[in-house]
Amino acid sequence: MRDSPAASHDEGHTPSLDRSAVLELRHIRKTFAGVVALEDATLALHAGHVHALVGENGAGKSTLIKVLAGVHTPDDGQILQHGRLVHFNSPAQARDAGVAVIYQEPTLFPDLSVAENIFMGRHPVDPRTRRVRWSALYAEVRALLRQVGLDLDPRERVRGLSVADQQLVEVAKALSLKARVLIMDEPTAALTPSEVERLFDIVRRLRGQGVAVVFIGHRLDEIFVLADEITVLRDGVGLGVWPAADLTADRVIALMVGRDLKTLYEKAPAAPGNVALRVENLRREGVFANISFNVRSGEIVGLAGLVGAGRTEVARAIFGIDRLDGGKVWLKEQLVAFRSARSAVKAGLAYVPEDRQSQGLVLPLPISQNVTLPLLREMARGGFLRPARERALSQEYAGRLRLRARSVRQAVRELSGGNQQKVVLSKWLATRPIVLILDEPTRGIDVGAKAEVHRLMGELAAGGLAILMISSDLPEILAMSDRILTMREGRLVGEFDRAEATPVRVMAAAAGQPAAMGVGA
Amino acid sequence: MDRRRLVTLVARFREFGILLVLILLVAITSVGNSNFLTSTNLEGIALDTAILVILAIGETVVILTRNIDLSVGAILGFSALFVGVVLKVHPGVPIPAALLLGAAVGLVFGLGNGLLVALGEVPAIIATLGTLGIYRGLIFVYSSGSNQHEITASDLPNNFLALATQTFLGVKLFLIIPVLLLLAAGYWLGQTRSGREVYAVGGNGAAARLAGIKSGRTVLLAFALSGALAGLGGVLYLARYAQVDTLAGSGMELNVIAAVVIGGTSTLGGVGGVLGTLIGCVLLSVINNSLVLLTDPGSAQFWSRAVYGLVILGAVVADALITGRLQRALRRRRA
Repeated sequence: MRDSPAASHDEGHTPSLDRSAVLELRHIRKTFAGVVALEDATLALHAGHVHALVGENGAGKSTLIKVLAGVHTPDDGQILQHGRLVHFNSPAQARDAGVAVIYQEPTLFPDLSVAENIFMGRHPVDPRTRRVRWSALYAEVRALLRQVGLDLDPRERVRGLSVADQQLVEVAKALSLKARVLIMDEPTAALTPSEVERLFDIVRRLRGQGVAVVFIGHRLDEIFVLADEITVLRDGVGLGVWPAADLTADRVIALMVGRDLKTLYEKAPAAPGNVALRVENLRREGVFANISFNVRSGEIVGLAGLVGAGRTEVARAIFGIDRLDGGKVWLKEQLVAFRSARSAVKAGLAYVPEDRQSQGLVLPLPISQNVTLPLLREMARGGFLRPARERALSQEYAGRLRLRARSVRQAVRELSGGNQQKVVLSKWLATRPIVLILDEPTRGIDVGAKAEVHRLMGELAAGGLAILMISSDLPEILAMSDRILTMREGRLVGEFDRAEATPVRVMAAAAGQPAAMGVGA
Repeated sequence: MDRRRLVTLVARFREFGILLVLILLVAITSVGNSNFLTSTNLEGIALDTAILVILAIGETVVILTRNIDLSVGAILGFSALFVGVVLKVHPGVPIPAALLLGAAVGLVFGLGNGLLVALGEVPAIIATLGTLGIYRGLIFVYSSGSNQHEITASDLPNNFLALATQTFLGVKLFLIIPVLLLLAAGYWLGQTRSGREVYAVGGNGAAARLAGIKSGRTVLLAFALSGALAGLGGVLYLARYAQVDTLAGSGMELNVIAAVVIGGTSTLGGVGGVLGTLIGCVLLSVINNSLVLLTDPGSAQFWSRAVYGLVILGAVVADALITGRLQRALRRRRA
């Protein structure tokens, strides 16, 4: 799966012990319950520089900044501050060392005032009476808000603020901490272009004041506007650092996605039949709009995009879990409008959610009961379930899917991730769907099981099932899809035939990189 | 800008709405029964409310941290019987010492709750449901061990019983205690750093940790305070009713929690305060009193239970409606 950076590309500069760095992470390794999130990541931050951290979904960016912020302690590797070894065992320690983080989701207290959000735990107090000096607090906050260009009353509650304003409150908080290192995790994801411009002005001002800024983002155009250096992460490994001027968007994408695709299962080309699912102008206020596509029986359509592009939301809306604000859905050329998941299943739609543990499976129950969960009515006679029938049905699917388990009586909890995914698949296949929507079908399962799930998907499609596969795993999208749709920020931004799809094209469309787009968009 | 002002208004309206209900109820009852607005009756309401308020202050702090304390009634009961026995055996114990003794007993129990929740990470509702049983059980253990199954007025020294009747500058001493506690709690929660951290912990625990706040310590403090105040309340209960058995304070936690929730403190944590709690307590006492005055003596008990339930439901529903409408309005503004 993973090729070494040196083998595939000219290497970036891997900094040697660097005393000029404000903060440096060296060879950080971090695993969660045996899953490697970071293998060997190195990051050196310099005063007065904006450092962009880029990588695909799941490359380890968020884990890396959480190490930097003291939220996670690394299993291995060092953190150096001005060349001296330090340990961040808590967010408070990192904060005291001058590291401020603006997370993707604002970490604010919605029912407290802007001022208290900025100075929580650090209110100025009268040393004698211990009373909070509100006037001093508000004066200080007013000055901070001016610096970030926010025209707000410090006493206003945060709950009423727009996402952009909340983000600026977070920036004000970082300013109040006199942060030497400011980390921003996808700060522009929810902002309008003018809000982004305002934020960037502030970032540039901070850079001028000697703050080291870490910027994590997916929009490469933004990164090239702002960043001085770029570090690329792939599969938890830092590939190196480059001056932004030495890179192009195409090169960054190539570095992010570059890996050997040959080891993957390759779906045989489909002989698509009739249109099984057709949607037109689907719209959900503030989430997605103008979504039109179709899926033919026997075809696998891949839905690519970055996390948060609105793909899952589209699937949920088609399936009747979330309400649609507009648009039409046809199933086998019949206009349908599902008001519940139940009616969608009845009509022949199946949706396998992304988070199989919480949404797709009842872990303590045996395989047989999980498989027959959507079919309880068929499994019962006179209101009582018939376990023998449950077992027979689940046995049939277990065989077809080559499920590895002691028996169908085994609790799903005890199965591996890949086998759990097969149970989820069995469960939905047992409803005999016309269209199967798979959301991240192989996330978190090992390579072997992944290939088997892929083989299974290929067989199902060959058997006439129409499959819509949401995946953030680019190689998977490319290997499995007959057609690829790309979503970005709630819109369909690209459609590629199997023949014309390349990693760079799909990624460029997903990341909104105009230079490399165009084809098929 | 206008909608922002609306938000502030609704936030204030929470307490204001309950106040309106209270005023309405007072008006109806005083028209329906002329005995309502007599000084004797009002004083009775005030004395009933005093003990409820003391427990509700602690409960407010606990609920603000997004927890709950179900054991306050049991702590009150234990403290009342324990201090009663001590006073019977040692009639010379001065009143302040008796009050402190009760608070200390409660503090120990409260710390037990706090350790279970903060350190043991047991959900508060389960932890305090358990300790509710344990503490109530300890009352039986203690009463059979000391062979004291109840305390009556004749067991208590006269100067202690005077706690409920003595006045200071024309105000009942008994009422000064909750008023002082209310002022202190209001000042702490509203004006000091550690008080504000209570709101942070309950409002967004993850953000509080990122802000370097030691959430566990705040939660422990909240439960310790709640226990100590329930213990103190036990001593006042003893002085007011002068009749304590092993079942004293049973079910009182429900009234306490009801008062706090009606007073606008959100069970989701981080929203509310002791002013609302005071109003909630007075409202409950007035409802109780009104039901006694406006209905047949025989049916009052039954009605008061049912109305309690209705008022709590009404408050929670109103809370959900207001919050829901607010969020929708805000989402529209953001879009």
